[in-house]
Amino acid sequence: MKHKRLRWGTWGLEILTAVLFLVVLFPFYIVVVSSAKSALEITQNPLGMPTDWNNLWVNVTSIWSNDNIHYQSSFIATIIVTSVSLLLINVLAAQAAWVLVRTKTRFSSFLFLVFVASMVIPFQIVMLPLVGWFKTLFDFTGIKLLREYPGVFLAYVGFGSAFSLFMFHGFIKGIPLELEEAAQIDGCNQFGTFYRIVFPILKPIHATVAILNGIWIWNDYLLPLLLLGKGNHLMTVPLAVANFAGSYVKQWDLIMTAILMAMVPVVIAFLMAQKYIVKGMVAGSIK
Amino acid sequence: MIRRAKHNLVFWTFLAPVLIAFVLVIVVPFFMGVYYSVTDWSSSAANQGGLNYVGLVNYDKSLADPKFMTSFLVTTVYTVANMIAVNVVAFSLALLVSSAIKGRNVYRAGFFIPNLIGGLVLGFVWQFIFNKAVPYIGPLIGLPGLAESQNFLLNITAFGNSFAIGGITSLVIVGTWQSAGYIMMIYLAAIQSVPVELMEAAQIDGASPARRLWKITVPMVAQAFTVTTFLTLINSFKQYDVNVSLTQGGPSVMINDQAVAGTQLLAKNIYDTAFTGANNMAQGQARSVIFFLILVVISIAQVSIGKRREVEL
Repeated sequence: MKHKRLRWGTWGLEILTAVLFLVVLFPFYIVVVSSAKSALEITQNPLGMPTDWNNLWVNVTSIWSNDNIHYQSSFIATIIVTSVSLLLINVLAAQAAWVLVRTKTRFSSFLFLVFVASMVIPFQIVMLPLVGWFKTLFDFTGIKLLREYPGVFLAYVGFGSAFSLFMFHGFIKGIPLELEEAAQIDGCNQFGTFYRIVFPILKPIHATVAILNGIWIWNDYLLPLLLLGKGNHLMTVPLAVANFAGSYVKQWDLIMTAILMAMVPVVIAFLMAQKYIVKGMVAGSIK
Repeated sequence: MIRRAKHNLVFWTFLAPVLIAFVLVIVVPFFMGVYYSVTDWSSSAANQGGLNYVGLVNYDKSLADPKFMTSFLVTTVYTVANMIAVNVVAFSLALLVSSAIKGRNVYRAGFFIPNLIGGLVLGFVWQFIFNKAVPYIGPLIGLPGLAESQNFLLNITAFGNSFAIGGITSLVIVGTWQSAGYIMMIYLAAIQSVPVELMEAAQIDGASPARRLWKITVPMVAQAFTVTTFLTLINSFKQYDVNVSLTQGGPSVMINDQAVAGTQLLAKNIYDTAFTGANNMAQGQARSVIFFLILVVISIAQVSIGKRREVEL
């Protein structure tokens, strides 16, 4: 391989890749520089560097404290929705996958098949009845599912369960049964076997599932739009951005700042957990 | 017997939360949805008295609606174009980042990052690029025509104002930018699984790089092609978020002397039919059933082609 590296062809490839890299990252450059411009500057000079980077802080604080955008409350709500949903999905789907793998009955393979097959169901076919159905559930149980957190958590566990269960199922199949048998001989009951022995082994697949679902939930627009609605007291960041950016007069400087603030947490999470994402993305593609 | 009973208890307690959520959120609304599509369901108060069975009226009306048929056609064009663009770009990127260049890992991460950004948010970013940045660049690179109008690119139409080519192309550009990095990762994994010995043997035998690519890499990653093709096919077909924020379905085009939204993809057509204007929930539901059936056909095709490939290997 060594002599190949010296060839001029590699040089060409390096330049080509670097150029493509800049092209791909260009929209991010636009978002960052636009966030540090004033409304006037952004129309006069949409591409160049901002004159004063301090403007970035001015824009961030005005987005954060603007009562019409509700960014602060939306940001906190998105963190709550994403983290609680991820926690629920990761615990509940993992334990469900484990009993499905370790129970060798026709019923359990049937159930697994139903979960896998349900992945073909698009959100569009359930979204309209879901709203009325949540109202009916409220009449029966007294739990407010629309415009409140519980409905969103329930919906994400429901919609995320099939894919997550599928991922956990595949991973658990590869864990040797002897490990669990040894624990049981040592007097561990089944709850203990799962939570003390199996759960810790699942760490890498937990990371993958959490990140894939995290990207989805953090950015999701249609589900919160239906269950929470635009302009109500509880909104997620995509709803707040859509509400603000969809208005007739476009304040691009503030829109770009809002977008930058929506991007930063996911990008940081990605850079921290890169290796799991790359592995998981490829595994999940078989879906 | 005690062991068995105990096992059943664990089985159901571990399964119950997921199963209950799954039934409440997917199974029940799914059957409700299929049923509603053959009724006169609407959100108006008139329906408080109960739903009336109307047969396939909603399906007939949908299929007779030029807006739905245009949306169908536009979605097909978008899906095919996006599928080809994403796969060509992704495969090329995968070849580049699997070659012996410096900083491969940085490039891999960089190309993937657009995938982290939600469709809704990045639709606004690209709207700014198409509407503000491109008209500004135009005169600088000797294309003053681009500066003519602010919404120039998104509003170009073709075939006698019957096809919103500018809007669709923009959607494809954004769709490719967003998902090429993800698909690249799948190709990359496939390319890396090609045995090094095979490549070295071909190299010693004097095969050119192009020949090695065509005769070794491409056949060896054939399995990945099936996966990525269907993945991009299904994801493009379901596109909604970018559509909402980038083009909002516009501009209008003329189909049989009737003004119709030129870039309204199916997912948006379903939502708009149900909620805007006529507020026709039942017809939106009928369209979503058609949408679902198409996805089922695509998925069955994927499974059967995937199986056939496995046998060949």
